[in-house]
Amino acid sequence: MSLLYAAVRRRGPGALAWHLGALVVLAVVLYPVAWTIGASFKPSADIIGALDLFPADPIGDNYTRLTEGIADIPVSTFFLNSAYIAVGSVVGVVLSCSLTAYAFAKVRFAGRNIMFAVMIGTLLLPYHVLIIPQYVLFQKLELINTFTPLLIGKYLATDAFFVFLMVQFMRGLPKELDEAARLDGCGHLRTYWSIVMPLCRPALVTSAIFTFINAWNDFMGPLLYLNEPDKYTVSMGLKMFIDQDAVADYGGMIAMSLVALLPVLAFFVAFQRYLIDGMATSGLKG
Amino acid sequence: MTHIQISPGAVAPWDGRSVPERSGPGDGPPPNGAKGTGRGENLAGYLFMSPWIAGFLFLIAGPMVFSLYLSFTEYNLFEAPRWIGLRNFTDMFADPRWRQSVKVTSWYVLIGTPVKLAAALAVAMLLAQKRWGQSFYRAAFYAPSLIGASVSAAIVWRALFSDDAIVDRTQKVLGFEAGGWIGDPEMIIYALIALTVWQFGAPMVIFLAGLKQVPQELYEAAEMDGAGRRRKFFHITLPMISPVLFFNVLLETIHSFQIFGSAYIVSNGSCGPADATLVYTCYLYEQGFVNSRMGFASAMGWLLLVAVGLVTAVLFRSQKRWVHYEEGGR
Repeated sequence: MSLLYAAVRRRGPGALAWHLGALVVLAVVLYPVAWTIGASFKPSADIIGALDLFPADPIGDNYTRLTEGIADIPVSTFFLNSAYIAVGSVVGVVLSCSLTAYAFAKVRFAGRNIMFAVMIGTLLLPYHVLIIPQYVLFQKLELINTFTPLLIGKYLATDAFFVFLMVQFMRGLPKELDEAARLDGCGHLRTYWSIVMPLCRPALVTSAIFTFINAWNDFMGPLLYLNEPDKYTVSMGLKMFIDQDAVADYGGMIAMSLVALLPVLAFFVAFQRYLIDGMATSGLKG
Repeated sequence: MTHIQISPGAVAPWDGRSVPERSGPGDGPPPNGAKGTGRGENLAGYLFMSPWIAGFLFLIAGPMVFSLYLSFTEYNLFEAPRWIGLRNFTDMFADPRWRQSVKVTSWYVLIGTPVKLAAALAVAMLLAQKRWGQSFYRAAFYAPSLIGASVSAAIVWRALFSDDAIVDRTQKVLGFEAGGWIGDPEMIIYALIALTVWQFGAPMVIFLAGLKQVPQELYEAAEMDGAGRRRKFFHITLPMISPVLFFNVLLETIHSFQIFGSAYIVSNGSCGPADATLVYTCYLYEQGFVNSRMGFASAMGWLLLVAVGLVTAVLFRSQKRWVHYEEGGR
């Protein structure tokens, strides 16, 4: 630690140490990703044992086998299911969380502070206490093996983190704007939709991307609620490789793992500034 | 205005009870002539809040109460719940596998969280220096936080730590007795811990934002007084970033208690070998959904809630001792 600190504080010769340090960390961080890319072009038998990061003669078999599907289900089915859930979640979170946040930030109603405290309380609530009762609820409503249990919470603003993020953002907007809107005769709905929402774009984008990625990566939800392979998401499709005992198609599994990450990595490359700034401010405002 | 200051320029103390108000352009006393509190405002407020209220009642509060009830019953989803008093809890404490799950989870939280945060802070201090390529490194280091929780990452982890794979080979070269961490009940938990440490980028970004707020004058003054690096770290950096440190400790701790997917996949769905990765949630899942013991699993859920609640309360209490908030700072 003190070595790193020295690199930070000292100037001049510190620059070399700084870049060395950063490159070492970079190598550790990126190794698993590079390994996955290389491994996806190796024959299954070589994936574990071979030490070369990228194979001398890469093969595309792992990918071509994927086009034949997993256990007779085309891979595209998993991707479409995941995309449906992820996009559905994004729409739900952006609408429901922003409505709730608007009420907390811009409307003075009785009980606001209590409800805000409760909302923050749910932020710290471990969701495990809800797994069983929610499952019973959805089972009684005959919603098992549908996407509803995975989506409904997103439309009911249960993602307290995003409500919190948006409340903080809306509080930062100049008060004069909504005053002016009010003088012009705008009601709350107009103010919310035409003034606050457009100005909140950074917070909305941050929430949307995080929601997409979380929904895309989600494993426990689909594991609990989806039980037919044609409803499976990408996470569950990957799990099917594990279920087929004793590594039936190791190469295919690694290739699919990589393909499964592509949407997340694409979002990251496109929006990294929103993600990192969103993350940073959430910490400062905590 | 006696508002608690919350702006990108400062970290504010917050008691967790009231809406943190933000001073500055965004807020302030209700303007003259604007609608204050009133029936119209109440109606608007509750209409805007209605999705959240419905979600809270039907997906959070209601289920919590129901789960509390279930935790005193025997319930398999198909027959009506049968009241058995405290038996789920007494069974649990007598159950060696439950105790194993507590042990595994505690170990994971107690080792994983500090190591991850130490890595995050160390790298954040490195990146705090404005240098060429800094924002590239920041982005690259953050990336694992987005993909680390995925099934893909867990699959890759399983491969990297298997017998004869890279970690094992490296150990052999260094002369350690090896065999891969995945098949070793002593070591597999450290593969899981390595996976969470790999995701140090998210707390790192928060630390970085905190480090940027430390006034450089403090360091300059300390240097004039002859303070060394260590003193500056412990007497300036650490106290100044203690609010973000607190935030990171709180979030990471609560988060690690809930680990499930990575343990499930890294162990190939077995939570093994020899229950070595039987984290609390894996056992809850197994009892609830494999053995259809919904009552027992509910009781487990509630105990986890109580445990996390206690840890949170202790952390908030301890704030006074080590978290330094600046008065109205900027």
